[in-house]
Parts: sequence; structure tokens; C-alpha cells
Amino acid sequence: MIIRKPADIPSSEITDERLYLSRRAFIGTAGALGLLAATGGASSLLACTTRDEGESAGGVAPDDELTPYEDVTSYNNFFEFGTDKADPQHNARGFVTRPWSVAVAGLVKKPGTYALEDFLQPHRIEDRVYRMRCVEGWSMVIPWRGVPLKDMIARFEPLPGAKFVEFETLHDPKRMPGQRRPVLTWPYREGLRLDEAMHPLTLMVTGLYGKELPNQNGAPLRLVIPWKYGFKGIKSIVAMRFVEQQPLNTWQEAAPHEYGFYANVNPNVDHPRWSQAKERRIGEFRRRDTLMFNGYADQVASLYAGMDLRKHY
Amino acid sequence: MTPSRRVGKPLVFLAALAPALWLAWTLLVEWRGADWPGAGWLGADPVEKLQGETGRWTLIFLALTLAVTPLRRLLGWNWLQPYRRMLGLFAFLYATLHLLNYVALWMTFDLGDIAEDVAEHPWVWIGVTAWALLVPLAITSTKGWVRRLGGKRWQRLHRIVYVVAIAGLVHFFLAVKRDVQEPTIYALVFATLLGARLVLRRGRGITPRRAGTKREEMHPIASDASVPSP
Repeated sequence: MIIRKPADIPSSEITDERLYLSRRAFIGTAGALGLLAATGGASSLLACTTRDEGESAGGVAPDDELTPYEDVTSYNNFFEFGTDKADPQHNARGFVTRPWSVAVAGLVKKPGTYALEDFLQPHRIEDRVYRMRCVEGWSMVIPWRGVPLKDMIARFEPLPGAKFVEFETLHDPKRMPGQRRPVLTWPYREGLRLDEAMHPLTLMVTGLYGKELPNQNGAPLRLVIPWKYGFKGIKSIVAMRFVEQQPLNTWQEAAPHEYGFYANVNPNVDHPRWSQAKERRIGEFRRRDTLMFNGYADQVASLYAGMDLRKHY
Repeated sequence: MTPSRRVGKPLVFLAALAPALWLAWTLLVEWRGADWPGAGWLGADPVEKLQGETGRWTLIFLALTLAVTPLRRLLGWNWLQPYRRMLGLFAFLYATLHLLNYVALWMTFDLGDIAEDVAEHPWVWIGVTAWALLVPLAITSTKGWVRRLGGKRWQRLHRIVYVVAIAGLVHFFLAVKRDVQEPTIYALVFATLLGARLVLRRGRGITPRRAGTKREEMHPIASDASVPSP
């Protein structure tokens, strides 16, 4: 189910920013949800996932409250700007994201290099609240803003041979100081099977909390695939390639026994060094049970029917 | 006790305790959601931050403890000796806080999950083992125990600290996701401190020593500065 919200009403106009900015997550759930509900159109943000469907149905559960803006923007795994989670907020401060262009290449009818504005222009921007589960065992609930990737892909018209889409982050050690050390093989690369990329939940993100995407969160363009571990959500994208073979993603290349191509959130398949059965929601001290496909099983489980998820981790 | 030591000991004690007090304070502030000084210092994930900080301080105090002997031998800084037990006990304190944070906040006292985590993951049991090995060292750190065991046996027992240091390092290397820069720095420090001992051992008798050193080594119980060097 896709939820649309008119693009001409920025959430910043309808949602109290002070709530977003309040320092920690101990805002009452009822308060947060009530406020969203009170904003009318915004209540639909939660509908894709929701309260009515209930926890087992895989939505944002009744106690899923938004992770404060301050936490979402100060706790980031974005190695291009440093390996400590507090690094990107500082090191990405002066990162200039205009002009920006995205190369579309490979098995596609309309390849080319598009200026960011042209890349986004034909599409309607939507707001979506998604859970984000990091492979490290913590999670957040983030109100993203972006374009369903399927809309973009349809526009470029992939050829029949295209089975996967590969994405690439900007590689510019002058602007991305983290790339001056070989912590990972730069540039960062990620990939999706075409049907995963075309899934309605997959979002090409341009903002969060109703604002432009902060640099530390992957400006100006990043991917969000809510049923997969966070590292699949490649940031600061400059290239998109349609290919026939399954691409090698950066983390899989770095540690193939720990990180796979699929990286679907799965409480039953542990990371070799820690259990994935539970998670700590940022802003809370308790641990929650991690949900299959991060709670989006109803929407995405069919993509993996018949696959051994232990093997394809 | 000399006057300088009378001032020095409480000062070193407070300095060594300060990080623990700060961490406890920031946690309290976080818990209360209060807007007191230190609010927000623990960041978005206080549990992870505390785990990292307590681990770091454990390694720092282990390194300081292990630095005492080489500094005495090489530079004749015998005045360091009386602080060594305190530094070692602080390493144990931080290791204990690290373990407590893991049990209480990280694993939320879920004993089943803890048992599974320790059993299945080498880096976890290596860490727990390193802490467990510090327990007998902390217990026998008193003058009474040095006397009871005798200098030689006490010294042999306390060589376990080398195993703890190496286990702590391995634990750190295995804990990081990808960037080994920080554990590498600690590894270099420990390699220097342990390497210095090998060099000293080979050069025993050649290294100049100050008068006091020899006497203390011969009579381990004789003064406050007496605990033998492992």
C-alpha cells in the first residue's frame, strides 16, 4: 500500500517542529502519534504500516514513535565522513551538494547523466515513516521524504536483460575525508535485484522530517529499503547501473561471511558476531524483538519465496 | 609515607576516578532526561557509548599499570611504584563497569541471551575471560596477600596481567566493525610495554638502577613501594 500526500504541503508547515527537535525520545507515544493524527493528511503517513494492521501485520507498532531529529542526524554510519557515528555530523558540515548529477547507465533505454533537478523533477515527492534497523543491532523510526524508486526506474525503461540495479556513492576524497583511508573499497557500492528496486516500499530519499536531507544522512540523494539492514541504504548517490549479474556490494566485498547481498532484516539469522533477534531503539533503554523483514513481511516476503534466507543473508 | 605521596595518592585517585564519575553522572542525566550539564554527552545511543568508554578506560589503565615497571627500570622513576596497585585496581574497576554495562544495559539482564552470547561469540567470551582473570589479581593486590603468597609466587600470579592485556586487545579488534585504527594504537602501546620487558630481561644487570630498587626487590614487604614487579 502506498501512501501519497500532496507534495505542495511541506510537513514543516503542518507538524510542530519543536516536537521533532525535542532533545530525547522520551516523548509520549500518544503525544507523537496524536500529533501526527491531528495533522490530518499526515496521519496517512503511518497508514502504510500501521496501528490498525497491528504489530504482527508488520507495521509501525503502536509504540513506534519517531526518533528525534537530533538523534537521526547525529548518529550516522557514513564512513565517507568518518567511522565514528558522531563524525559525519561534523565532517559533512561543509559538504556541497550542488551542482550534483546522477549517471544512469547499463541495460536501459534512456541512459545519460542527469542534473539532480532534472533527475527528480518529473516525480512527486512523498513522505513515508519507516523503521530503520542497522545491522549492528540498533534501530530508529524516521520520517523520510522521497520518490518511490520504481517511478524513476520506469522512466529510464530498463531493457529485458536488466536483472539488477547497482548504485554508487560519490568518490571524492577531497570532499569526503573518510575516503582518504582505505577503511572500505571506495566508492561505496550497493545493489538490488530489479524486483526489490521496483518494490513500492523502496524509496529514493531526498529529505527527512519534511526538510532537505542533511549531509550526514546522505545528501542529496540516498536509498532507503526499509526491510533491509541500513547499510543497503547507499548515500550520496552519483550512479545507477542496470546490469545482468548480481553486483558485489561494498560490505559484502569487505567481509563476505558477515554481510551478504540481500541483507534482509531477519531475527532468525544471526550475524557471526552477534544475535540479530533483538534491537535497541535509539532513545530507549529496553530491547525490542526484531521483526521479520523489519516488520514489512506482509509486503515483501513474497519476493523471497522459496529462498534459503540462511544462505542468502 | 612521604609528603609528596600523601598529596599525590589522593590526586591520582581522584583523577583516575573522574572518568567513572563523569560517565555515571551523564547516565543519570540521561536517565532523568534532565537538562543538567553533561546532557546529551552520551549521544544518541548511551548504551553503546558507555560500552565503548568503559572498555577504552580499561585499556588505558591496563597500559598505565604496565608502564610503571619499564619506566622505573629504564628511567629510574621509582616514585611511580606506589601508584601501581591503584592503577591496576582502576583497570579492574573500569573492566567491571564495562561488564556491568553489558549485563545491565546492553543485555538488559537477560541471562539466557547473555549465556548464548558468551558461548557463541569468541570476542565476547574472550572479554569475559579477561575480566575474570583480573578478579584474582584484584583480590591479591593487598600487602597481606603479597605476604601470604610470598614475593615470587605473587609475582608469578600477577604475570596473568599480560594475558589480560592481550585478551583485551583481541577483544577490541574483534569488536570493531571495520576500522581498526583505534585498536591498532592500543596494540602498539601494549607491544611497546611488553616488548620493553623482553629487552629489560635480556639486559638484566646492565641497566643502571637506583639504590632503592634493589633493596625493595629483595624485601618485597619492606615498604609501601614494595610490591614486586611482574
